[in-house]
Amino acid sequence: MPVFWLIVIIGLLAAGGYVSGRARALASADGDRRRLHSLPNFYGLNVGLSALVPALLLLILWTLLQPMVIDQRITSIIPDDAIPETSTRGLVMSDVRRVAGGLEGLVNLGVISEEEMSELSASDNDIRQSLAEIGVALGADVRPEVLEAAQSYREWSNRGTMAMTVCVLLVAAAGFVLAYLRTDRNLRARNIVERGILVLLVAAASIAILTTLGIVLSMLFESINFFRQYPAVQFFFGTNWSPNFRGNSDLGILPLLWGTLYISFIALLVAVPIGLMSAIYLSEYAGRRMRAVAKPMIEVLAGIPTIVYGLFALLTVGPLLRDYFAQPLGLGNSSSSVMTAGLVMGVMLIPFVSSLSDDIINAVPQSMRDGSLGLGATKSETIRQVIVPAALPGIVGAVLLAASRAIGETMIVVLGAGAAARLDLNPFEAMTTVTVKIVSQLTGDTNFASPETLVAFALGLTLFVITLALNVLALYIVRRYREQYE
Amino acid sequence: MTDAAHSGSPPRSSILTPDARTRKRNAAEARFKYYGLTAVCLGLLALVVLLVSIAINGAGAFRQTYITLDVPLSAEVLDPEGNRNPADIARVISFGYDALIEDAMEAKMAEAGISIDGLDAGDAADIVSSEASAQVRYFVLANPEEVGTVREFDLLANGRIDAFFKGRVTMASAERDSNVSPEQLRLAEALKEDGALVQRFNWNFITNPDASDQRPEAAGLGVAILGSAYMMLIVLVLALPIGVAASIYLEEFAPKNRFTDIIEVNISNLAAVPSIVFGILGLAIFINWAGLPQSAPIVGGLVLTLMTLPTIIISTRASLKSVPPSIRAAALGVGASKMQSVFHHVLPLAAPGILTGTIIGLAQALGETAPLLLIGMVAFVREFPDAPPDGFFDPASALPVQIYNWTQRADPAFVERASGAIIVLLVFLAIMNTLAIVLRRRFERRW
Amino acid sequence: MNDMRLIERDSTMKDTKISARGVQVWYGDTHAIKDVSVEIADKTVTAFIGPSGCGKSTFLRCLNRMNDTIDVARVEGDIRIDGEDIYDRKVDPVQLRAKVGMVFQKPNPFPKSIYDNVAYGPKIHGLAKDRADLDGIVERALRRAALWEEVKDRLSAAGTGLSGGQQQRLCIARAVATEPEVLLMDEPCSALDPIATGQVEELIDELKENYSVVIVTHSMQQAARVSQKTAFFHLGDLVEYGETGQIFTNPQDRRTESYITGRIG
Repeated sequence: MPVFWLIVIIGLLAAGGYVSGRARALASADGDRRRLHSLPNFYGLNVGLSALVPALLLLILWTLLQPMVIDQRITSIIPDDAIPETSTRGLVMSDVRRVAGGLEGLVNLGVISEEEMSELSASDNDIRQSLAEIGVALGADVRPEVLEAAQSYREWSNRGTMAMTVCVLLVAAAGFVLAYLRTDRNLRARNIVERGILVLLVAAASIAILTTLGIVLSMLFESINFFRQYPAVQFFFGTNWSPNFRGNSDLGILPLLWGTLYISFIALLVAVPIGLMSAIYLSEYAGRRMRAVAKPMIEVLAGIPTIVYGLFALLTVGPLLRDYFAQPLGLGNSSSSVMTAGLVMGVMLIPFVSSLSDDIINAVPQSMRDGSLGLGATKSETIRQVIVPAALPGIVGAVLLAASRAIGETMIVVLGAGAAARLDLNPFEAMTTVTVKIVSQLTGDTNFASPETLVAFALGLTLFVITLALNVLALYIVRRYREQYE
Repeated sequence: MTDAAHSGSPPRSSILTPDARTRKRNAAEARFKYYGLTAVCLGLLALVVLLVSIAINGAGAFRQTYITLDVPLSAEVLDPEGNRNPADIARVISFGYDALIEDAMEAKMAEAGISIDGLDAGDAADIVSSEASAQVRYFVLANPEEVGTVREFDLLANGRIDAFFKGRVTMASAERDSNVSPEQLRLAEALKEDGALVQRFNWNFITNPDASDQRPEAAGLGVAILGSAYMMLIVLVLALPIGVAASIYLEEFAPKNRFTDIIEVNISNLAAVPSIVFGILGLAIFINWAGLPQSAPIVGGLVLTLMTLPTIIISTRASLKSVPPSIRAAALGVGASKMQSVFHHVLPLAAPGILTGTIIGLAQALGETAPLLLIGMVAFVREFPDAPPDGFFDPASALPVQIYNWTQRADPAFVERASGAIIVLLVFLAIMNTLAIVLRRRFERRW
Repeated sequence: MNDMRLIERDSTMKDTKISARGVQVWYGDTHAIKDVSVEIADKTVTAFIGPSGCGKSTFLRCLNRMNDTIDVARVEGDIRIDGEDIYDRKVDPVQLRAKVGMVFQKPNPFPKSIYDNVAYGPKIHGLAKDRADLDGIVERALRRAALWEEVKDRLSAAGTGLSGGQQQRLCIARAVATEPEVLLMDEPCSALDPIATGQVEELIDELKENYSVVIVTHSMQQAARVSQKTAFFHLGDLVEYGETGQIFTNPQDRRTESYITGRIG
């Protein structure tokens, strides 16, 4: 782990910088800390951070950029005729990367030496064998072009890592020395350090933006790749989903969207009335003791991981629905069904809806209740005719948020809804959702360039856009609602 | 009388006798209240049914059937060269130990006077798990000097035998099952009477690594728990400082401008992005682009960090907000810089709230499954990852993913194990949440 | 009977509408009202005055059992309307509140249309035979609250869109629409500007023709302007109760005098 040791060295340098910076500042003030502009610690921090931060930033940046640069170089090395008909440049590149990684592993383990390595040629049949031994499984024997590319890939990476180590250490040392030399009792160390910290704080806050950007870009690029291979019209309006790993797949999103929306609808049908009514009951009717017991218990439902709900659907709810409803009614024989997933997801959403509604109902001013009760309305008339209409925008916002949750939920549908994509009305039939298909297309051994895999990114992007739209709308509505009563 | 003044108003009614309409309205009131109570009860009922069903399904995973046998570690089989050289002994693979277990079973049956018609020695030995030979082999490799002696071993019973004592396999079902015969079950019963076969608490379930499809009895959560622990460590180390730093900026320093607005909107939206989308991000950015290894805790940890950040930021900002402005004013008033007032006064006061939010965020991350599926953590991993930091890059599993993994296997014994694993997961979550509640109760300040 | 004599008599002699005896209220451990007894006459405006926290609003809320909605509040004593004990177990507060309407400190129109705000009470109490009847009730209530002319063209507009004074008159119309016999007003003008206050005060004066109005007010001038009788509360005690003119010109109690002259309050 050279990077690890590199970080340790920078860390030590920074610690040393702290101590020596502090000492130098004190020395410049003849040991009288009152004569310093800032507290001695700030001088120490100034030197320490000057050594640490730029070096770490460079390290991170380098680690991110090096693979890109090297990929670029190596890709141009591979001649066009070295790419088989059935493959793409990207696939060959991933082979190159794996072989390079394998070779690196072989050298590290001492299986072959650095000299033997440079003399390796593709005619040695045991390359694949030796690579397999250290866990790098290849689909076919290594072709000479690939081996050559892999070797230069390895060479470049090693050179790059070396250069990085040197540069990072230089930067750290430079930061150390510069800050150390500037240390003087008149240096405004506190202001410098505080400005530096502020920059770090801004950087931390910007990670939210980077994450969103990462999400959008990662899905956008692969989706564009997908739409190059598969027409967008067929994807968005196709009513048939039958991926076929030999090609010629039908990848229409409509059956998946239908399953997603159907299940979410049933989930909301369960969660909204129960969640809303229990929020109303607990905030308007229940005594203090009942509230103290029941409210946290319902919130426990929110803390249970979705995999647990998934297993509950698979083991308990599914068979129960099949044996007591679907089969007697002649509606189906499947224990995974829209109903199973919908009911369980509904239970999962109860605490979500109820705590959101609780907040919203409590935001309705007491004067509104007084006004209605003062006219002789009963509590339930007040709730139904004054509070709920007043809270309606907020409740709609909460329901939209719950819907976005339901649409994006994965584990419950993976375990409870089934894998068959169909457009059907029977709720006891197994159907599938967008999220289930993202999981199934991206797990297992898949060819990363085929439309059958890339479709997952297009599905993910669709899912992201739908939930984002719902969230933005819901947050907007809820915010408007809150402002109304503030 | 002053009748004239009353004209136009309805006839006076007594408030002591409810009129028909009031009675009807009160009935509606009672009905409405009853609906509310029903809703609350339904919610609670769902919780109870959920927990009870998991408990019933999963309790069995913590008890396992063991068979005690005296295994002869015969030198002819294990050390044909006779020089006790560990390298030579290691050459005998697990398969070679099957004969020893067969002998041991035969001896046991003879000693206990058990004979079952239609059960040959091989089938009799098959009631012991196929994991047993590996278990004996590891012992021999660790203690080569024991070769030639007879040692007592507690060996795992075959999963079907275990299932028989848990009620999943019956004599009737064994007739139709190619993996187990009624004779074997009778042998197991006889051994139980003899005391050689016992059921007891199964620590191996917590400590063992996963096992293959054929050996549910040996499957454990060791790798998964370690993998989850590594990821939680990464999340804690990354998400806490970044989250706190971001919150401090947004709450204390950020000017009201477009940039701040964009960050705010981003955070509230990220909190609601489906978790599977983070999985896609992890796959595309951390694995395909940055080239980090699949199935590694580092990738899982990074993905979960990004997922947890909004939770931590939101709760940290709430606790920063709850520190009254007078504290800041007081610090600024004695000449502290803005930065000093935040780090010396506001942050320590907000710390309990931040910690509570962090623990709750970690608990969420611990239970998260979907994104981990996409970054390859479903892979079958039997090797324990190394110690950190190298171990962060080794393949590992995670608790919730292991649960999912087991639900996808055919043998019903894995369903029991999945439910058992959920109990373990829920115990961890309960501990974390209790810790959060205790922290909040103990340090909560009201201003 | 001796009708003529009754009419000629002074307002103190009008029928008693509400009679309260020995009323005590606790909020948890706080003794908010201490042994208050008062007789409120029909077709009269009675003002409750006193410094903040003296219990006047609390006492007002006892008269239509609005204190029931507060968990920790406990009321003892005997309050009768037309001779019927309103804290009797058989009494349904819903029916009581239909009879004793209330207008609150802050205008609190429901987030509904003006029409629906006024029609709310009649609808829940089933006072209207049909739509036309309801229209009539709404119009009468709005006219009585002196709001009809201002809103008759936009009855379906939101009640919350009106100005503060209009909102408060809407709330009065809403209370009047259920045909109460007593109208309780809890500082109805405290959130209004002087012009709106003037309009509401005028309205109160007219309302006393049909109702017994009880008004809690912070402003002594307002009490003097609108009420015939005044009760002065101080620290949970009813200090003095009598003709408004007498209270303001010739208070019997030293505390009342201090308050009126501005030394306490």
